[in-house]
Amino acid sequence: MTAAPAPAPAETIAPGEPLLSARGVSVRFPVGSQLAARIRHEENVLKAVDGVDLEIGRGEALALVGESGSGKSTLALTLAGLQPPSSGEIRYGSRKLPARRSRADQRRIQMVFQDPYSSLNPRLTVGGILRELLRVHHVVPRNEVESYSKTLLNLVGLGEEAMAAYPRQFSGGQRQRVAIARALALRPDVLIADEPVSALDVSVQATILNLLRDLRGELGLSLLLISHNLAVVRHLCSRVAVMYLGRIVEIAPTEQLFSSPQHPYTRSLLAAIPKLTEGMGDDAPALRGDPPSPLAIPSGCRFRTRCPIAQERCEREDPVLETGAPDHQVACHFAFADGGAAREHEQEDPS
Amino acid sequence: MSALSFPEHPETVLLPVEHAAPRARRRWYRQPALMTGLVVMGIIVFLAVAAPLITSYNPNAQNLSQTLQGPSAQHLLGTDQLGRDVWTRLLYGLRLDLSIACLAVLFPFTLGVILGCVAGYFGGWTDTVIMRVVDVVFAFPFYVLIIALVFVLGPGIRSIVVAITLLGWVSYARIIRGEILVAKRQDYVTAARSGGLTSPRIMGRHVLPNVISQAIIYSMSDIVQDMLAIVTLSYFGLGVPPPTADLGSMISDGQNFISTHWQLTTFPGLAVVAVGLGLSLIGDGLADLIRPGQT
Amino acid sequence: MTESGSTGSTGPAGPDQAGATGPVLEVRDLHVQITSRSGVVRAVDGVSLEVPRGEAMGLVGESGSGKSMTLRACLGVLPAEGKVTSGSILLDGVDLVPMGQRDLNRIRGPKISMIFQEPMSALNPVVRVGSQIAEGPQVHLGYSRAKAKERAIDLMRRVGIPDPERRFRAYPHEFSGGMRQRVMIAIALSCDPEIILCDEPTTALDVTIQDQILRLLARLCRDSGASLVFVTHDLPVVAQICQNVAVMYGGQIIESGDVRDVLLDPRHPYTLGLVRSAPDFEYVRESLVPIPGSPPSLVSPPAGCRFHPRCEFVEEDCKVTPTPLRPLPGGRATACLHWERCLEAVAADKASQ
Repeated sequence: MTAAPAPAPAETIAPGEPLLSARGVSVRFPVGSQLAARIRHEENVLKAVDGVDLEIGRGEALALVGESGSGKSTLALTLAGLQPPSSGEIRYGSRKLPARRSRADQRRIQMVFQDPYSSLNPRLTVGGILRELLRVHHVVPRNEVESYSKTLLNLVGLGEEAMAAYPRQFSGGQRQRVAIARALALRPDVLIADEPVSALDVSVQATILNLLRDLRGELGLSLLLISHNLAVVRHLCSRVAVMYLGRIVEIAPTEQLFSSPQHPYTRSLLAAIPKLTEGMGDDAPALRGDPPSPLAIPSGCRFRTRCPIAQERCEREDPVLETGAPDHQVACHFAFADGGAAREHEQEDPS
Repeated sequence: MSALSFPEHPETVLLPVEHAAPRARRRWYRQPALMTGLVVMGIIVFLAVAAPLITSYNPNAQNLSQTLQGPSAQHLLGTDQLGRDVWTRLLYGLRLDLSIACLAVLFPFTLGVILGCVAGYFGGWTDTVIMRVVDVVFAFPFYVLIIALVFVLGPGIRSIVVAITLLGWVSYARIIRGEILVAKRQDYVTAARSGGLTSPRIMGRHVLPNVISQAIIYSMSDIVQDMLAIVTLSYFGLGVPPPTADLGSMISDGQNFISTHWQLTTFPGLAVVAVGLGLSLIGDGLADLIRPGQT
Repeated sequence: MTESGSTGSTGPAGPDQAGATGPVLEVRDLHVQITSRSGVVRAVDGVSLEVPRGEAMGLVGESGSGKSMTLRACLGVLPAEGKVTSGSILLDGVDLVPMGQRDLNRIRGPKISMIFQEPMSALNPVVRVGSQIAEGPQVHLGYSRAKAKERAIDLMRRVGIPDPERRFRAYPHEFSGGMRQRVMIAIALSCDPEIILCDEPTTALDVTIQDQILRLLARLCRDSGASLVFVTHDLPVVAQICQNVAVMYGGQIIESGDVRDVLLDPRHPYTLGLVRSAPDFEYVRESLVPIPGSPPSLVSPPAGCRFHPRCEFVEEDCKVTPTPLRPLPGGRATACLHWERCLEAVAADKASQ
């Protein structure tokens, strides 16, 4: 067995410097006739991502959590270079990445998608899929392409019989493994996994999640996991960013987020998770109403229409993401209002 | 049980290719439409290809002492007004018309698929411009335009092919564009972009092979349409110049004798119908295979 | 459903033979087969269950376990290639299996209804929502248009759709996913059925919306006294809304009982495997333990216990002895011959927590 591939060390990133960062990134989609909108003095614009700052460190596992309309998938595509941002910038280390990335840069961030059934070209064999990528990017010398492909497949737990097989011969879980092998073929620094296990059976999810965790350890990959399933997030990631309607509303280390969530949306989200050990009781739902449409984002704090503690200030002022405790940022006027939990962590911080 | 990670000798349980193959390929021989069509076309193509072997007459050889004979042992379908053997002319005409039609389909197919691909994949202004041209061409009645074009270009095979190409590409463009609009949203296309592959490569190697089947199915009925166009043009004297044997001119010439020697017009006409039927059946059968319908 | 015409003697609206205390739905040794190119698929292979009145029963399993087919058989909406080959489905004591479509149509709505997973495909996109809700009462309860409209608006209010008078005239695409699911619930409730079958109704919804819908369903059923059969692959969801649960594998029920007993203290290695392999929010396991192997072929299932090729406790007799459900104390049942091994495993898990 040849050794596992290491990420191509292309540039030196200063220790402590984030590997990948987004500053003020917005992604807007025009909807309908722009001319009509201008006449009516309206904005027919869907703000999928509305001003996001994010950093991923080397070897870190960060989760992006949110519900439909939160913009997490769009943000992922933007970070991966597949969707140009309408404003803001994406940096690799200290270097700004242009909207049209070079091939070398495109390699650095790879994605695994949600649907195992549409993410592999049905007309190509697994070997063909890998071969094409390896050759186009000259990842390994030509005569090593075959053996390297087999190494990649072994890495994700598939044997070399897979090389000549077509995607339709694989089960959902196996296809996700192929997708992961494909993502790793280019030796990326960052792996973005967009709901990698949602379409799989429960007992199969475990193999993929374990695989992702083990690969991270082996290869030192950074992982950006997008999921709506907080249990999966808790299992895999060390830091969590919660998104709502295109903004990050809270970001903190996993355990801290779950033990002392500060944003009302995060609290509702955690309260809504069904638990094995307790019944629902007769309580009201964790969060009322439907999320507003991204076409008509509420003024001020965008969560105020559903927030249990919304006040007059929330309609006027849009809260900014601020650090309220070490490594813990929240965008709410009333974060850390109950002091207590936050201060505990402050005392533990040696700095 | 320990968690499965990095097994030494991983066991890959794959479905064998035969079982996992799309239902289509396994049962193509069981499709009645397809089989009938293939049989019909098989016979026709054989007759057309083997024409010199089946008949001993020269299709253009006139024999003025034996004009307008009925069917007999020497002349299976009789002779026409210039003494030429009708059966021979039928086969050679079939041969000519069929080959022109097949050739004529290639050019619109290629042009239409490429333009449709580009329009669908890139969208934006490219798409708008190409599709508006398509709309304009579609707005004109096909036969009116093709007759006008051939008239302008001068009669002959080359003009026919050019005219058909200029008009025929639009259907392919529309079909392929529609398919590409859907296909490009698939995750495997996003994955290919993520892998840093260039647009032409993605279009050609990834998207197109998955959508080309619709164009191929359509081309079957397009061959029929083209053949009819050729026959019609020849009927009007704008097609293949005489004395070359050709179904259209045979029908046209035979018209004059329809009350006395109906076979001169009818058999070429039947030949055209047979080809149309055969190709349509193949097209239907293929369509059923690719998109399995209700039994 | 067998296509034999109904002679009318077993009318669907017949007398309540089971009495007001018997189970509202009773399935006895149901077998459903689907003819496919690769052979006869035994999708449901000997399933028996009882749904008490006013209670919610969960049906849990992965894809291919037969849970959806069981539901569909109860409603008589099996796919064209499928049919019930033996067994009975007693709704209020009346067997649905021999019924023809006409008789079934009379009970669908007033007695039994269904909520589907994808509201966008289950709702007719070109018919206004209000009409879809009002249709049931008009057809089955003989309401006039005005009265049916009134009932529809009332139902929309009860399921929490804001501004129901106006939204009565809206089309499905104008609603969000959660709202569409509420419309589906309104339709399911429109004729006041005794039992509602739910096929993964919240799987496609966001977590906060799922929470709303689950609570709504629970409250509505409590208020109307309707029973629920809730099919899902999501264990915590089943724990939230159901009192009892049956776990399905390979077309059979392999364990059943009180929901918290079964999920927290399983007595079958498959249930144990399911629980261990799913990431649980409340308890972060060191490593998720997947179930090795793959689901059994339903065309030629393994002999003996269907789970034995993947089972960590497998013994020789598991490979040959048939494994029907056997009762355990406490209203539970398991199909495992060596269920005691699960006790040790569960205890070990708890100790390491």
